[in-house]
Amino acid sequence: MVRKELMEGVNLTYLPARKFKTGLLSAHFLTPLEEGSAGMRALLPAVLRRGTVGSPDMGAISARLDRLYGAELDYTVRKKGECQCIGFVGSFIDDAYALGGEKLLEPVAELMGEMILEPVTRGGRFLPDYVESERDNLADAIRSIRNDKRDWAELRLLRELCAGEAYGVSRLGDERSVERISGQKLYAEYARLIASAPMEIFYCGSAERTRVEDALLNALSALPRRGVAPIPETERHSLRGEAKVVREGMDVTQGKLGMGFACTSEDESALLLGNLLFGGSSNSKLFLNVREKLSLCYYASSLYHRRKGLITVSSGVEFADFPRAYEEILAQLTALSRGEVEPWELEAARGVLRSAYAAMEDSQGRLENFYLGQAIEGRSDSPEDLAREMEETPAERIFRAMSSVKLDTVYYLERKEEKT
Amino acid sequence: MRESFYERIGESCPREKLANGLSVCVVPKPGYRRKYAFFAARYGGMDVRFRLDGQWRDTPAGIAHYLEHKMFDTKDGSAMQDLAKNGAEPNAFTASAMTGYYFDCTEHFEENLKILLRFVSTPYFTQESVEKERGIIGQEIRMVEDNPDWQIYQQLLQALYARHSCRIPIAGTVESIADITPQTLYDCHKAFYTPGNMVLTVVGDVRPERVFEAAERILPRESGPEIERDYGREPEAVCRRESVRRMEVSAPQFLLGFKCPAPELGESGYRTELLGDLAWDILLGESSPLYQRLYEDGTINGSFGGAFDTLPGAACLYAGGDCKEPGKVAEAILRETERLDREGIDPDYWQRMRRAAFGSTLRGLNSFENIAVGLAEGYFQGYDAFHFPRIYESIRQEDILTFLRENVREERMALSRILPGEQQGKEGNNA
Repeated sequence: MVRKELMEGVNLTYLPARKFKTGLLSAHFLTPLEEGSAGMRALLPAVLRRGTVGSPDMGAISARLDRLYGAELDYTVRKKGECQCIGFVGSFIDDAYALGGEKLLEPVAELMGEMILEPVTRGGRFLPDYVESERDNLADAIRSIRNDKRDWAELRLLRELCAGEAYGVSRLGDERSVERISGQKLYAEYARLIASAPMEIFYCGSAERTRVEDALLNALSALPRRGVAPIPETERHSLRGEAKVVREGMDVTQGKLGMGFACTSEDESALLLGNLLFGGSSNSKLFLNVREKLSLCYYASSLYHRRKGLITVSSGVEFADFPRAYEEILAQLTALSRGEVEPWELEAARGVLRSAYAAMEDSQGRLENFYLGQAIEGRSDSPEDLAREMEETPAERIFRAMSSVKLDTVYYLERKEEKT
Repeated sequence: MRESFYERIGESCPREKLANGLSVCVVPKPGYRRKYAFFAARYGGMDVRFRLDGQWRDTPAGIAHYLEHKMFDTKDGSAMQDLAKNGAEPNAFTASAMTGYYFDCTEHFEENLKILLRFVSTPYFTQESVEKERGIIGQEIRMVEDNPDWQIYQQLLQALYARHSCRIPIAGTVESIADITPQTLYDCHKAFYTPGNMVLTVVGDVRPERVFEAAERILPRESGPEIERDYGREPEAVCRRESVRRMEVSAPQFLLGFKCPAPELGESGYRTELLGDLAWDILLGESSPLYQRLYEDGTINGSFGGAFDTLPGAACLYAGGDCKEPGKVAEAILRETERLDREGIDPDYWQRMRRAAFGSTLRGLNSFENIAVGLAEGYFQGYDAFHFPRIYESIRQEDILTFLRENVREERMALSRILPGEQQGKEGNNA
């Protein structure tokens, strides 16, 4: 892996690999996740994706990508801690498989550069049609999160758990602020981002580094950099004095129980392992007890939000079983913090993590996501470094870290008529 | 051992048909640390009626899926945990025509493979454990019942098909699984989990001969009988034109389907699958004039998409997403098919769509899961999934136009809709 500043505040992470069928190229602007503007920033890459000066509509863009053997060049919006990453990810077949021996990296980089720097405009603004239709699409996408009740419950829990904090903001923003976005404001935000937002570029594939750098410098030479902002940081959550309980009703046949915990310990590798033991895998305490032993649910799992110092539990249960599931989840956490863990459980958790780190280098998508996260945190440890750190974390540290995990917020999704 | 090298896609695949009838394929992936093994039976949610020992048997909806859940139990505990102890991540799924068990690992591959082969071939059920699972599966069914994507698809199949067992929800219903006993599970395991009815595919940097040896050593000697299945005699016409239900969704959703003749077995069936997908993409994929027109005028949004699905004895084209005017989309699809039939496909468009189809299928080979499941499906349907480059080359414009002309017709069409609001019952009343 080589990391290099290509232009002011534009960093390239280059990872040579010959074994894949494809090359992967991504470019992201990093910007603080903020309540009022998250929606506007999420909208931006969708509008940029609609047309460039050279390929002014969807038809022209699709045609270019189809000719490049069905290359994909999609916009993405990600939330990493309290940083919102907006940009594009391109995936295209390796030159070795192009029937006519064509090179695909350069034309994909070129189109990406056009999307970032040469959107179709009229009178110094984006085309109103594009802004309106993508704004409607984004509002639809935000509204549709409630269609998947598991996603909805997880999002609602996070919003309540982190009310008033940037981390409670959804990566796509909220419906109301999206509906208020004007073309003028959007263009101003665009101009601000290309001038001053830090930019992260990632490439993984078979091309030589100089070829990648040349392609990018060509594609991005017109980037008007003026004083680049620092990379947004994430503030840790502080535990509520008394757990907050939120109940909501919907027309559903299954209830959802979400529990948010704050970790006061900052021992990340211990918490990572602790979370795996708690509910982070299919041999975790939640899986083996809440599901297998008590048959209360199909899923009960936990997620460690490392940057924010949180653990969230998500589960789908019969309405009548809410109290039993709630008690059992807490009981399992207590057991874990007391060190009630079999040697095999610990070895399995380490094995799963070791395997996850090792397998990362087999997936361009996972590598991209990993190195983007590392860049945001200014960290340079590789997956192997993290694996080593994990191996060196003794059980006592895990139990101690898990005993710092305290219940903060509870979210229930109930059947509408049962709401009191 | 038979080894094929596929130059166009840079893959090789040593294969072996074992003495017990099991087919094994290995796709060596030097330079990768992940190893993925997939062990599947040609038995899924739609195999509820079959002939065993000369007698027709009717089994409850959801039985294959119930069996999948219980297979992880072993006499000494749980195969899930045995694999987890080695750092492997095991899981399983039940589809309409297949049940697959798999694990992903970077260490102890051969040991994990043995565990996989052993637990899938050794049933161990008790009254108590079968009883316990009912609560878990019941919650899985409830989860699916609240999921509009599942519901709209199931409702479409039930509108298109009057009798074919693809109408049956894979996990069954809370009622249909109520009476499943250890004996039913043992019977179904005995009938379908036989080497002759199964396939093992492995992807990763492994030694193929070790995989063949393990399968030879661990699995039963007998191939097992060929099981005749009854999917129901299906009329050509659709069952009902339209089905509607209400759910807690943010916007009206639709899924439009066209009932197609089922593809044959063998490579010609694979060709039909690829051809159907390509035809659908040419008609309404993101690059198509139709998609762009409907997207630009706001009739559809980014949620719009479709596919060509094939199952034993059934096939359908479908497309849908959020939309307030599904009638307008249906009309546009029918008119665009007529236009293509009249004017032909633009030559430049045709060339690039064919090229794009090859490229995206190739990109799919980055995924071990895709490779393993694709080869298994191919084996059950009698084709080699790695032959896609030469199949794409054999497809002509006329094939696409004929396919669309014959299948995209009003009388073959059914509409499944979900509207926002309170549930009023499972079946729509607009038939």
